[in-house]
Amino acid sequence: MKVSYFPGCTLKNKAKELDKYSYLCAEKLGVTLEEIEEWQCCGGVFSTAKDEIASKLSSVRALKAAKSKEQPLITVCSGCHNVIKQTNYVMQNDKEFADKVNKYMAEEEAYNGEAEVYNYLELLRDVVGFDKVKEAVTNPLGGKKIAAYYGCLLLRPNSVMKMDDPENPKIMEDLISAMGAEPVIYANRNECCGGYIALEDPKAAEKRSNDIIRNAKAMGAEMIITACPLCKYNLVKNGADIPVVYFTELLAEALGVKEEKDGE
Amino acid sequence: MENKYLKDDIIRSSGVNPKKCMKCGKCTATCPSFDEMEYHPHQFVYMVESGDIEPLLESESLYKCLSCFACVDRCPRGVEPAKLVEAVKLSVIRQKNSNRLKADDVVKYLDEDIPQQAIVSAFRKYSK
Repeated sequence: MKVSYFPGCTLKNKAKELDKYSYLCAEKLGVTLEEIEEWQCCGGVFSTAKDEIASKLSSVRALKAAKSKEQPLITVCSGCHNVIKQTNYVMQNDKEFADKVNKYMAEEEAYNGEAEVYNYLELLRDVVGFDKVKEAVTNPLGGKKIAAYYGCLLLRPNSVMKMDDPENPKIMEDLISAMGAEPVIYANRNECCGGYIALEDPKAAEKRSNDIIRNAKAMGAEMIITACPLCKYNLVKNGADIPVVYFTELLAEALGVKEEKDGE
Repeated sequence: MENKYLKDDIIRSSGVNPKKCMKCGKCTATCPSFDEMEYHPHQFVYMVESGDIEPLLESESLYKCLSCFACVDRCPRGVEPAKLVEAVKLSVIRQKNSNRLKADDVVKYLDEDIPQQAIVSAFRKYSK
């Protein structure tokens, strides 16, 4: 199966592991990621303002590219996923907004939210299936206690994201189980790490991140996994003394595609 | 902008109806930036509703919202306070020379590991 893929700015720079292992794992699971051509940065944050139009055009163009290939659009980064999925939602549901966007792009075919957007986690759960992921695991993780850190962007707003129960999610825990590890449930797994405030008010991000690390460790976590480069940065920067890794990197290890490629 | 138009503009831009608020305070209780804010999410709602917007325009609180959507999802009345914070903030930074973050200032915030996502997100939130 072939799908359209939107990597985003950070996956081509500071989060290359997230990008690289997404390709390798998908390949092993029978899915080919086709990077859309000439994609532009999503902007990182979705503006909820109804009169913020130009800042959403890059997402609309990515969605149009997937539509034209009749493929679902796959994101990995939580930030990209949130921005593109929320943009698709307003293009589907706010006719006045969609009309303004389409006038901006009057020389192109109109877009009204026809493409489907899935995060890579949803690709694993809903397209591949966690049972198939489990079958493909060659290097099970030996019951290691792993805390899934969702942060805010994957789950909220739930009326749009519709990935999982936003207050009691299990998609990442189910992936952890499929990889042969033991998921750790902790209260702060869906609370914000501080996000971009790390740039100009790092103390505020430090407080948020420390709450998350402390909570995960108190519940016995030996490792934290995340889909978001900014979450990873904040947790690591603020002194996480257990490893914080991208879920695709851990999956690559479990699927046995990490070492062989790294050795090249 | 005159206050009357400002309130209408903020309500139109945000799509929020502040009258739906029943003042339970759940938005503020769940806000991860609570400690950093002078005006909390529930105060944005009633201050916009009552037209007392000037203090918000001057407040650092505008730049403390993390866009985490906790208040949006957890409001029992669907008021979605973060959308009001965003609209009030836009009414400030859309004015000439009112950008919170300038390109020349970014350099001093950078370190070796900071992801591009942090920089583009901060620009999206703090500058036009």
